[in-house]
Amino acid sequence: MATYTMKEAKPAPTANKGIIFWLKENLFPDVKSSLFTLFGLYVIYSIVPPLLDWMIFNATWSGTQDEVVNSGARWIFIIEKFDQFMYGFYPESLHWRPNLVAIISIVFVFSFKYIKNLKVKIAGILLFPVVCFVLISGGWFGLEVVETEKWGGLMLTILVAAVGIIASFPIGVVLALGRQSNMPILRTLCIGFIEFVRGVPLITILFMASVLLPLFFHDGIEFNKLLRALIGITLFQAAYIAEVVRGGLQAIPKGQYEASEALGLSYWQGMILIILPQALKISIPNLVGSFISLFKDTTLVLIIGLFDILAMVTLTNSDTNWLGYEVEGYVFVTMIYWVCCFSMSQYSKSIERKFNTEH
Amino acid sequence: MSDQETMIKMKDVNKWYGDFHVLKDVNLDIKKGEKVVICGPSGSGKSTTIRCLNHLEKFQEGSININGTELIEDVKVVRHIRSQVGMVFQHFNLFPHLSVLENLLIAPTWVHNKPRKEAIETAMYYLERVKIAEQAHKYPNQLSGGQQQRVAIARCLCINPEIMLFDEPTSALDPEMVSEVLDVMVELADEGITMICVTHEMGFAKKVADRVIFMDAGQVIEENEPNEFFDNPQSDRLKTFLEQILSH
Repeated sequence: MATYTMKEAKPAPTANKGIIFWLKENLFPDVKSSLFTLFGLYVIYSIVPPLLDWMIFNATWSGTQDEVVNSGARWIFIIEKFDQFMYGFYPESLHWRPNLVAIISIVFVFSFKYIKNLKVKIAGILLFPVVCFVLISGGWFGLEVVETEKWGGLMLTILVAAVGIIASFPIGVVLALGRQSNMPILRTLCIGFIEFVRGVPLITILFMASVLLPLFFHDGIEFNKLLRALIGITLFQAAYIAEVVRGGLQAIPKGQYEASEALGLSYWQGMILIILPQALKISIPNLVGSFISLFKDTTLVLIIGLFDILAMVTLTNSDTNWLGYEVEGYVFVTMIYWVCCFSMSQYSKSIERKFNTEH
Repeated sequence: MSDQETMIKMKDVNKWYGDFHVLKDVNLDIKKGEKVVICGPSGSGKSTTIRCLNHLEKFQEGSININGTELIEDVKVVRHIRSQVGMVFQHFNLFPHLSVLENLLIAPTWVHNKPRKEAIETAMYYLERVKIAEQAHKYPNQLSGGQQQRVAIARCLCINPEIMLFDEPTSALDPEMVSEVLDVMVELADEGITMICVTHEMGFAKKVADRVIFMDAGQVIEENEPNEFFDNPQSDRLKTFLEQILSH
C-alpha cells in the first residue's frame, strides 16, 4: 500500500523584485507599451507644471489688487470673499454658529462608527438634526433668529445636501419595499411615484416645488422657499434611493426571506433584522454614488433664488470692485466640490470595510 | 387514535403552480414523536409538501392541522404554527451578516420575547449539542458546509419546536460532511421530537424512520415502515426508484 508524507508549504518565489525590475515590467515591457508610457509622461509634463505654476508658484496670496505683479492665480479674491463663499449673507457676528455645527457634524460622523450602544446611536440620530437646526436658525435659548433668506454659500450647499440625503433615505427604503409589495394598489402607487420622479429633471421638480406647492395651501400661509426646495430635493432623491435599494433587495437570495419567515419573524422584523441590513450593505457603493450626484445637483437651487456656493461665486464676480476674477472663483469651487465628494466616497469605503463579513 | 396524539394531519391537500398540479390529494397523518422520511424523484412534490406545513407554500384545497391548530391564512395563526415548527433548508440559509450566536438569538429574542441573557444560555447549550460552541462568534461564511448546517439545526432547536422539518439537509454538502450532520439528526431523533425529513439518505431512513413515504408526480404512492419499504416495495414505480438509487 502506498504511503504519503505531507509536504511542507514553501514560500512563494522572491526573485524579480526592486525598482528597476518594476519599471521594466510595468512601464517598459515592450515597444508599444514604452511608447504609450512616454506619451503619458509627455501629457503629464505639459499639464501639471503650468498648472502648479498658476496655482501656487506664480500665485498672489496677499496684498491688494493694485499690488498684483505675478501672472498666476490671484487668490486675494478668494481670501477677500471667503466668508461670503462659506456663509452667504449669514450675519458675520454669528458665523460661530455654523462653525460650531460643522465641528459637531464632523465629530458626529466620525464617532458614529464607534458607538456600540444602539440606544445612544438612535438618540444621536434624532438629536443631531435638531441641534444643528436650532444653532443655525436660532430663535431658541436666546439665539438670535437668522431668516433662511440669509443662509447661503457652502453652508447652504451642505445643508441642502445633508437634509436631502438624510430625509430621502427612509422614504426611499419604504418606496423600495412598497414596490416589492404584494398589495397591488400600494405597489402601483410606489412604481408610479418612482417612475414619474425619475422621468423628470430635478430642475422641473424644483420649479414645481416653488410654484405648484404653494397652490395646495391656503393663500395666507407663507411657505418658506428653502423648505420648498428641501421637499422637492428629498422627494427627487427618494425615488433614486428606492431604485438603488430595490437592486440590493433583489440580490438577496430567496432562502433568506424563507428562513426568516420559517423562524416566525413578522414581515417588518424580517425586513429590518435580516433583509435590509444585507440589502443596504450591498447597496452602499450605489447609495453613495447617488448621494454624491445629489450633492452636486444641489447647485440647482440657484434657479429658485437660493444662493449656494456656486451662486455666491457668480454673485461676487459681479462686484464692480472685483471684476475679472471668474477663473479663481470657479477653480476654488471646483476644489471644494471635489474635496467634499472625494471625502464621501472614502467614508463609504470605510463603512464597506466595517460591514464586510465575507472572509 | 386520539387528537392529542396526532401532531400533523394533512387532508386531501391540493396545490397548483399556475396550471401545474403539484400536489394531488396528499393525505398525511403524523403522530407526536414520529419520524417520517419522504423520498421520491425530483419534482415529485416532497419539498412542496413539507413547505406547506409551515406555510412557506400556500395550498388551494384541503386542510392542514398542526398540533391542534388549523392552518389558515391568518398572520397570527401562521406565526403561531411557525413558532412550533423548525425548518432546516438544503442551503442552510443562515444569515450571513450575523455571527453564529446572533443567528441563534434572532427568533428567541424577537419572536418568543425571551430575555437576551436566557436566550444566549439556550443558544450556547444547543451549539454545544451540535458540537460547534467554539465557533459561536464566527460568521457563517467562515464555516464549512457541514458546520453551517449544524448551526442551522441549532437555530431551529433554540425555539424549542414540536416539529422539525428537514428539506434535503445533506444534498448541498461535500460527501465528507454528510455524516456529521446525519449524526446530529440521529441524536435528535432519539429524543422524541417529531421529525419529517425529505432526504435520499437511505441509511438514515433505515436507522431512524418509523415510516418512509414515497412520492411521485405530486401524490403519495406508497408508505411503509422502513424494512418493508426497502425490502418489499409494492408498486412498480417504487421498485424502479429503489433500483436507481441503490444500484451504486
